Amino acid sequence: MNGKKDLELYIHIPFCLQKCLYCDFLSFPAKRSMQAEYMDQLRCEIASQGPWYAKYQVSTIFIGGGTPSVLDGEQITLLMQAIKRSFVLAEDAEITIEANPGTQLAQKLPIYRQAGINRLSLGLQSAVKEELRFLGRIHSYDDFLMGFQQARLAGFTNINVDLMSGIPGQTRESFKQTLRRVIMLKPEHISAYSLIIEEGTPFGTHYGQAEAGEDDLRGWPAPVDEEEDRQIYHMTKVMLEEAGYQRYEISNYARPGCACAHNIGYWTGQDYLGFGIGAASYVGGCRFSNETDIHRYLLLDFSSGGLEHLHGGLHRQSRKEQMEEFMFLGLRMACGVSNVQFVHEFGVHMESIYGDVIEKLAAEGLLLQEGAAVRLSDWGMDISNYVMSQFLLD
Amino acid sequence: MANIDQKNIRNFCIIAHIDHGKSTLADRIIEKTGLLTQREMQDQILDNMDIERERGITIKAQTVRIVYMAKDGQEYIFNLIDTPGHVDFNYEVSRALAACDGAILVVDAAQGIEAQTLANVYMALDHDLDVFPVINKIDLPSADPDRVVEEIEDVIGIEAQDAPRISAKTGLNIDEVLEAIVEKIPAPGGDADAPLQALIFDSLYDSYKGVIIFCRIKEGRVKKGTPIRMMATGAEADVVEVGYFGAGQFHPCEELSAGMVGYITASIKNVKDTQVGDTVTDRKNPCKEPLPGYKKVTSMVYCGLYPADGAKYPDLRDALEKLQLNDASLFYEPETSIALGFGFRCGFLGLLHLEIIQERLEREYNLDLVTTAPGVIYHVHKKNGEMITLTNPSNLPDPTEIEYMEEPIVRAEIMVTTEFLGAIMKLCQERRGVYLGMEYMEETRALLRYDLPLNEIIYDFFDALKSRSRGYASFDYELKGYERSELVKLDILVNREEVDALSFIVHAASAYERGRKMCEKLKEEIPRHLFEIPIQAAVGGKIIARETVKAVRKDVLAKCYGGDISRKRKLLEKQKEGKKRMRQIGNVEIPQKAFMSVLKLDDE
Repeated sequence: MNGKKDLELYIHIPFCLQKCLYCDFLSFPAKRSMQAEYMDQLRCEIASQGPWYAKYQVSTIFIGGGTPSVLDGEQITLLMQAIKRSFVLAEDAEITIEANPGTQLAQKLPIYRQAGINRLSLGLQSAVKEELRFLGRIHSYDDFLMGFQQARLAGFTNINVDLMSGIPGQTRESFKQTLRRVIMLKPEHISAYSLIIEEGTPFGTHYGQAEAGEDDLRGWPAPVDEEEDRQIYHMTKVMLEEAGYQRYEISNYARPGCACAHNIGYWTGQDYLGFGIGAASYVGGCRFSNETDIHRYLLLDFSSGGLEHLHGGLHRQSRKEQMEEFMFLGLRMACGVSNVQFVHEFGVHMESIYGDVIEKLAAEGLLLQEGAAVRLSDWGMDISNYVMSQFLLD
Repeated sequence: MANIDQKNIRNFCIIAHIDHGKSTLADRIIEKTGLLTQREMQDQILDNMDIERERGITIKAQTVRIVYMAKDGQEYIFNLIDTPGHVDFNYEVSRALAACDGAILVVDAAQGIEAQTLANVYMALDHDLDVFPVINKIDLPSADPDRVVEEIEDVIGIEAQDAPRISAKTGLNIDEVLEAIVEKIPAPGGDADAPLQALIFDSLYDSYKGVIIFCRIKEGRVKKGTPIRMMATGAEADVVEVGYFGAGQFHPCEELSAGMVGYITASIKNVKDTQVGDTVTDRKNPCKEPLPGYKKVTSMVYCGLYPADGAKYPDLRDALEKLQLNDASLFYEPETSIALGFGFRCGFLGLLHLEIIQERLEREYNLDLVTTAPGVIYHVHKKNGEMITLTNPSNLPDPTEIEYMEEPIVRAEIMVTTEFLGAIMKLCQERRGVYLGMEYMEETRALLRYDLPLNEIIYDFFDALKSRSRGYASFDYELKGYERSELVKLDILVNREEVDALSFIVHAASAYERGRKMCEKLKEEIPRHLFEIPIQAAVGGKIIARETVKAVRKDVLAKCYGGDISRKRKLLEKQKEGKKRMRQIGNVEIPQKAFMSVLKLDDE
């Protein structure tokens, strides 16, 4: 420690080769010229903000998207150089990039390593051909296998694999196969999200209409019913634990010591700074997020170092909001929230604020109390939104 | 304005089907007589409640006095008594008619005669009024006045060849109507020196003057200081002021005498003392007998009204109190529901009346209401010989104590074009109607007569009638009496707990169907909980239908991308907010709209 506060950086690369049918993230295909223009502007943004954060050292960097690996390797090199020029990086900083196995990783992976990136997050979602096609993914399982091997060859010793359960048409058997195929590769980390069909996506439109009875499924596979979805989710936990992975967050599993520090930062109130369109930040008790329109973003003048690129202004968290977030974010972690920490942050006991809520939820079997810690039960994880909504204060 | 010759007074009303232009004609008459400038006319003067203007229905009888200089060079006093235009207010209509000597029948030149037109004309003829027709809306492209004239003569049997053909909207030929009023409506009779005998046809509460009695002086005279008595209610008072009606204003005058229409104030505190239809007399020199036709107004439809926010109970009580000051036909008493808390059981003349009161409470008093399913009054004959009148299904005695039950039956007349005859007859059959007969009005239209149980028409009969006839059917009814019927109480159980506010009385034959639909509807309305919720319909403890609201199995957020916490917070807030608009029944939260949605169960 050198007396500096930790800061996490999130870099948003909004580009992809082709939008997946379920995706509601801020991402889209774009021409190379626009990509280049965006990366130039991103570097300007980073350079303009650096001076404000002289008292911080960067503990993690996450380059996410979109699909950062659609960019040329050199763009990532330039990006990392820009960050290093403007920010102080901790020696052991965790630096992650997300990559899609369908984006010619062979040449890019060594460049990422060269640039200082030490963690790779590979989006697989499923190891079943039909499911991949159905999701609108641009890669096959074989592409992924290749990518994974190339990553190991390039020297990545910390690899995450993203999986998705609850894909329409998926069965317990098919997901078991996906898990087996992934476990076999021994990645350090596995994210297993359950698909949420979001409004405004092709999935949302299609399944929304079918649900409203306006239309039948027109040959699309039926959505996985909630019961089956939960069984798959529970099976995932059992299989991954047997294989030596620990669930440290609702949807994240890791080998001991390999939990994603960047992610944990979000749930534990760590300061973080986002760059690029739509990126969210939380610094010094304030939340803010960036301009979401790429065209407007490209026209911003960062030379003044001001905050005019923010979308919706700066929001200073009230004490009440901080308490709420301490609870509903912290509860995503398998270890839950600790009263010791609560007292440390707010100077009051958790019980004096949330005693009734915790008691009620514990009685419903949704929360477990162990010593000073409160955490979600398995059942509580299944319906975490409900549990978390109870921690909003009136 | 003293010493008006009786022969120069004309007391009349305008009768019409809804939308045939009654209020518009009234406006034109007032305008033409120069009482108001065009600018002062607030569109339709006589309909002065917001709701009346919006719905185009007159709810309370309104009255106006106008001075008209006729072509014969004489000045005439017109008292135009506007009548309510809906079957719910039939009694008020009949009293308003009794205050008149003649009536203008307005018939739409395109639509012709409707069921309600007939009902109103017959009622007017019953009161010995001289009726003359006016053909309105002749400016419409679809107008066919010749056909309508023929129809009036054929169907009603009154002379219509020289009926004024007008457009109340544009003011066309209104002069003819004014002259016809002078010529065709008889001057009132009555002896000004006989004992006072005045008919109350409406009353209004004014916070300064107390109750303002609207009356027609049949015999005798009344002035300031006259000691009066209401013959039916027995209420007594001394007259403070008499006068006549300007447009929206009260003009005090010296006295009212036989043949005149006007108002009386006497520091009366409650409209209940001045019931419509009662006779006002001089208690020092009373008339021998009251005027015929007085009936105590009785509520036909009951429902529970509850404040959505329990803390607003006192506000609801105050609002009902205020509304009742002006509406003697509104009945209410406190009741308690396990599901909905404190509220009131309210009685109404009919479903429209219910809707109007509900709307006024919400609009004028800013209350958010939960309404329970409306019901009628049942007669429950118990085995011990006792008969109870049941207004709240929750109070139904144990079935073992009941000998039999009776329900109110109405005699309905439905006017429909022949192409929809089949559909409408089917609807009446579904609603347990007893077919009485049919008359062809002309080749394409027929008048159907049915006896229908009132409880089958209070929900959505009118909507169903309109939708199954593409709006072409019209409908009128009057209470016929009570008939014995196989009735059962349908209970709804949510998570095995009976929800009293959802219980209702239904005919045994339709219990299963209604129960099934209720369960289906509630299944849609009740959100999923952490546990499975059975929704059951039961009759006499026996479950006849069931649906299940599945337990929530999954409620998680997708990947929280790039630390976007505000998005997550919004989602959680929305989730929590939704819970606030719920009613807790046992451990189940039921949205307030679930209580209302079960009122509309007709699929078609």
